[in-house]
Amino acid sequence: MKTHRDLNQPWLKSGALLLPRFHCLSACLFSCLFCCLFACLHAFSLPVLAQDARDAREGRDDARSTLRIGMAADITSVDPHLSNISPNNQIGWHVFEALTHVDDNARLVPGLASSWRAVDPRTWEFKLRANVKFHDGTTLVAKDVLASIERARKLANGQFAGFTRTIIAAEAPDALTVRLRTAAPYATLPHDLNSIFIIPARLMNASSEDFNAGRAMIGSGPWRFERYARGDRVELSRFDGHRDAARDAARDAARPSSWNKLVFRVLSNDPARSAALLAGDVDIIEQVPPADLEKFNKNNNLTLSRKTSWRTIFLQLDHSRERSPHITDRKGGAIANPLRDVRVRSAISKAINRAAIAARVMEGAAVPAAALVSPQIFGHPPAKDLSPETFDADGARKLLAEAGYPEGFNLTLHAPNNRYVNDDQVAQAVAQMLTRIGIITKVEVMPANVYFTRARNGEFSVAMLGWGSFSADLALRSLLMTPSAEKGLGTWNWGGYANPRLDQLIERSLSTTEEAKREALAREAMLLAMRDHAAIALHHQISTWAMKSGLKLQPRTDEYTLAGSLSLQRP
Amino acid sequence: MLGMLVLIARRLGQSALVLLVMSLLVFVGVFAIGDPLAILVSPDATPEEIARSARELGLQQPLWQQYLLFLQQALQGNLGRSFAHGEPAMALILERLPATLELAISATVIAIVLGIPLGLWAGLRPRSLSGQSIMAGSILGFSLPTFWVGLMLIMLFSVWLGWLPASGRGPVQSVLGLPLSLGSSEGWRHLLLPALNLALFKLALIIRLVRAGCIEALRQDYVRFARAKGLHPRRIIGVHVLKNLLLPLITVIGLEFGSVIAFSIVTETIFAWPGMGKLLIDSINVLDRPVIVAYLCIIVLLFTLINLLVDLLYVLLDPRLRPSTATPQRAGT
Repeated sequence: MKTHRDLNQPWLKSGALLLPRFHCLSACLFSCLFCCLFACLHAFSLPVLAQDARDAREGRDDARSTLRIGMAADITSVDPHLSNISPNNQIGWHVFEALTHVDDNARLVPGLASSWRAVDPRTWEFKLRANVKFHDGTTLVAKDVLASIERARKLANGQFAGFTRTIIAAEAPDALTVRLRTAAPYATLPHDLNSIFIIPARLMNASSEDFNAGRAMIGSGPWRFERYARGDRVELSRFDGHRDAARDAARDAARPSSWNKLVFRVLSNDPARSAALLAGDVDIIEQVPPADLEKFNKNNNLTLSRKTSWRTIFLQLDHSRERSPHITDRKGGAIANPLRDVRVRSAISKAINRAAIAARVMEGAAVPAAALVSPQIFGHPPAKDLSPETFDADGARKLLAEAGYPEGFNLTLHAPNNRYVNDDQVAQAVAQMLTRIGIITKVEVMPANVYFTRARNGEFSVAMLGWGSFSADLALRSLLMTPSAEKGLGTWNWGGYANPRLDQLIERSLSTTEEAKREALAREAMLLAMRDHAAIALHHQISTWAMKSGLKLQPRTDEYTLAGSLSLQRP
Repeated sequence: MLGMLVLIARRLGQSALVLLVMSLLVFVGVFAIGDPLAILVSPDATPEEIARSARELGLQQPLWQQYLLFLQQALQGNLGRSFAHGEPAMALILERLPATLELAISATVIAIVLGIPLGLWAGLRPRSLSGQSIMAGSILGFSLPTFWVGLMLIMLFSVWLGWLPASGRGPVQSVLGLPLSLGSSEGWRHLLLPALNLALFKLALIIRLVRAGCIEALRQDYVRFARAKGLHPRRIIGVHVLKNLLLPLITVIGLEFGSVIAFSIVTETIFAWPGMGKLLIDSINVLDRPVIVAYLCIIVLLFTLINLLVDLLYVLLDPRLRPSTATPQRAGT
């Protein structure tokens, strides 16, 4: 009886383990396992087998008709007027349209409005495209635009109300004309309206629940809403009534880049997003983790696409206080705020080796910055007037000495640790560079939810911030204009930089409706702020996408991944 | 039966108290981290716009008033509206709950179905090669970090072999009103890796518990007597030994099940599984207080419920623990 013999085994005599043998065995197992896993890791650099297998299984056609996009952040709602965060807006840009759109370089182009002009300095007139269909079959008219502006303004806790702030009266002289009046001359209204998605007027009182459930997800965009599974995905299907679809059809009946279905997957974990692409679960991912760039680059089955983002990382400085909370002399005693001296600010700027940060800390995913907006953005001064500060530690030390700080001083630099790409490491690198010229710098990093509250309260002396903006004058209005709570100016100028000449330039720029004149003024303003080192520009992030080879992306500086920017390359 | 009712009533009373204390802590805690408004309003907001948002979110009142208002509404079953999502916090969580439950239950089932036989095997043959291999394997289950194992599973089964999808949840069908993904093979394919990843730690735990218990029980007199009586080994192990193993096992499985539901966040993040854990982390990042409070309330309730269930199971399994009317409680786990 075999079982009986088994039961007679030594467990009656001894329950103890033979420890040495046991350890040998587990060591063997461990090493086997690690070998296996090491091999797995190498799968990254191997050709992607899984992807081909899956394509074969699903059939090429099916793979072509659905485009799957892996997103880096979660969609909190599909209500177009609730939260102004990029994942939500990215869905919005497929289902809805705005009066004005922006191109790859964030320059204004016609959207639902085919043209616009300032009738007088206080009135903007927008001419709507004729025969634009909403997904429910109704035709776009001026009152839809008025209703959408109204909803954005009134929605409880809506974050788009600010874009309608300047409008004091709105009217529709005819079905395809919208006139908006502002209290003061205001040139950036067409920019502001880029953020207001247009919905049919009958949905003006729809709630966020109505949108999230899909009942109210009616827009005029190229994609029709199908499904929103919170925390997981959004599914869209092609809207054949859109003018792009009609144009595509006219050009080529079997145009391969017109997918029938679009799926946005939320893959906020970096390794998971990379793995999903390698496994063929998605066709394209945004925000490729810097650590994977090189591996992806070597992989023949993947294509990378890069673009200088509009997001600029810089240091804000405490200008207004006599004594700054995190600055002391070398012995720890209180000193007058050295940051109020332009020579000290200039020294800080010279001490930072931006090229090294871009190449090493950011692993190539950044370009050194000269201004608070990216070079392709409206109002960035031309390269001959302003280029990134060259690294010059000796010059920086000399300037510090001239300013009366031959010994340097102690400083704490504050930065978030989960908001920008490698933000805490960038802060560490800056701190080392400043320490080298005598400004002994400590770094304190914290999660974004703690950081921004404290930053807004002005608790820091030197703090890191990232900003993406349509234009230089808009960025300066928030970042460096003399703070005026009532007018909504300088809302992020916690350092209290105040320069009447700069204020005047920004004001003039923002009220000049003539494009070329306005850009000249915006450039002048940015130049003035940068020459005064009002803030220390560090770098512009480079956004990177990775996709299956065969796909081609026209990357955007505003970091959105739009299906309209993607096409299939003909084999 | 009266004793049972008293036990249930006591448990519910205790959890009500825990809920009260916990909600107060979360209120103060979120307030201490930062100001939700600084994150929620657009960076360019004017003071009027900020004031308007504060009014709409009820954040303009002093903290104690906000808390009292919350308590008042909570008693009516309303745990507030999410700041970030603009929907009722409770609805948000309940929407995600089935996904997490599905994952947690599958993981627990995997751990039990594999763990008990493997543990018994190792317990019956502690010195055999197979028994020791099982034990060595269980060390891996304990010691390897979940996120790393998860990534390796994805690398192996999705990227390299291409057998299973790398992440996400399969198509969802409505089963008894609950949106579950267990109805289709595609759903199972998506579930397998995250469930395995989540099960690993518990699997190791169960193997060790069962093995230790088994070795212990086999030395007891009743097993000797049973063998002397000539009972078939299958019956000795399957009925007498296993039943005595079950008590500690159920305690551990119950506790572990609770923590899996509450803290499956790592697995959910790696596998992009749209469960509650991810919701909690996202909510903490934007200081979405109503969701954080509602989430923790639900978790406290779940833990209470599971503990109660474990206690009731004890009584079912062990006649000695059945409360007589004279000694009505056995509350400890």
